[in-house]
Amino acid sequence: MCDTCGCNVTHGNRHLIEEGGKHAHTSDDHVAIEVLENLLSENDHQAAHNREHFERHGVLAINLMSSPGSGKTRLLERTIDHLKERYKIGVIEGDLETENDAQRIRDKGVPAVQITTGTACHLDAHMIHQALHQTPLDELDLLFIENVGNLVCPASFDLGQHLNVTLLSVTEGDDKPAKYPVIFRAADHVLITKSDLLPLLDDFDPDNAGQSLQQLAYKNPITLVSAKSDQGMDEWLDWLEAQLNQASATEPTTASV
Amino acid sequence: MHELSVCQSMLRQVEEIAQREQATSVERIVIQIGPLSGVVPELLQQAFTIARCGTRAEAAELVTQTQPVRVHCLQCGYDSDAQANRLLCAECGDYRTRLISGDELLLASVELTRN
Ligand SMILES: Nc1nc2c(ncn2[C@@H]2O[C@H](COP(=O)(O)OP(=O)(O)OP(=O)(O)O)[C@@H](O)[C@H]2O)c(=O)[nH]1
Ligand SMILES: [Mg+2]
Ligand SMILES: [Zn+2]
Ligand SMILES: [Zn+2]
Ligand SMILES: [Zn+2]
Ligand SMILES: [Zn+2]
Repeated sequence: MCDTCGCNVTHGNRHLIEEGGKHAHTSDDHVAIEVLENLLSENDHQAAHNREHFERHGVLAINLMSSPGSGKTRLLERTIDHLKERYKIGVIEGDLETENDAQRIRDKGVPAVQITTGTACHLDAHMIHQALHQTPLDELDLLFIENVGNLVCPASFDLGQHLNVTLLSVTEGDDKPAKYPVIFRAADHVLITKSDLLPLLDDFDPDNAGQSLQQLAYKNPITLVSAKSDQGMDEWLDWLEAQLNQASATEPTTASV
Repeated sequence: MHELSVCQSMLRQVEEIAQREQATSVERIVIQIGPLSGVVPELLQQAFTIARCGTRAEAAELVTQTQPVRVHCLQCGYDSDAQANRLLCAECGDYRTRLISGDELLLASVELTRN
């Protein structure tokens, strides 16, 4: 699929088309070169390439991030229950070990690819690209990427997704956004999950979580949801549909890659 | 600990530049990191001492320039210093700000030796 995607600039040959950095010769055998390039430019290039795949197939890609066990897979299961009659959904699951999460998704009747990262505590754009080759992109409207449960590393690696959703469960502290600003700032929607447990937990105040997010200059939606009681599901699903409609309004008609 | 991945990616970039410049060794690598980049300079330094082995940067020094967190206020237009988890306008206190510095993760420059 990459042969025809039109992108053959690689890290190895890019210097042939771009001028090298500025040179400042301090002596004959010593040279200082100004680079000013992102440290993750390899990943960023691959992410841009992944985005091209999504766009050519008219697929909206959403990256879900949270601590381990905040409810990403269960939220996906419920979301699929609600939306699968209307949209064609696929999932890429990232975990350190096991196929369990992908199997839970397949049991819902939608295609899922499991990436097991072994020791890497995040997904990167290259892993996603490999998984894309096993994903029936031309059949999908919506692709969820469930990142490895971790509030630190996933935030640094662009995967080519269009939107980020960060989950914070009520069993975690409401000060999590202040402790992990990078991942919460990156969110296009923050979901406060497991809201059915709020009556049991007097130390989690959704307003405090909201204030903590506002201190990060966070301006996007915050929704309290429960994948168990379905509280807040309508708001979440409405938001998803709005994103899908917006994406299909701006995307060109699907071409095959 | 994704600093090792970041470091390996950086070293591949540096190797590529060194090769293009026909350099035998890399003396200095200067990077710019903001507190909101998600990369911790100390951890990157540690990863560097492991990852540089066997590369042209084996004896190189890694210099980190930490960038300040600064925001531009979308309400009053003021630019001010901020903290990573408190990105409010210092002038009017509004949260509707845009980050103007503090999320950098850049390879700024490299110093090479040819002989
Ligand atoms: N009460 C309640 N429990 C939930 C809810 N959502 C998830 N859980 C439970 O929380 C646990 C973890 O849920 P998962 O969906 O597996 O969490 P995850 O974020 O996918 O976990 P990792 O992939 O391991 O990071 C499971 O026992 C779920 O049943 C919810 O809305 N309410
Ligand atoms: Mg999961
Ligand atoms: Zn490709
Ligand atoms: Zn490419
Ligand atoms: Zn990591
Ligand atoms: Zn202001």
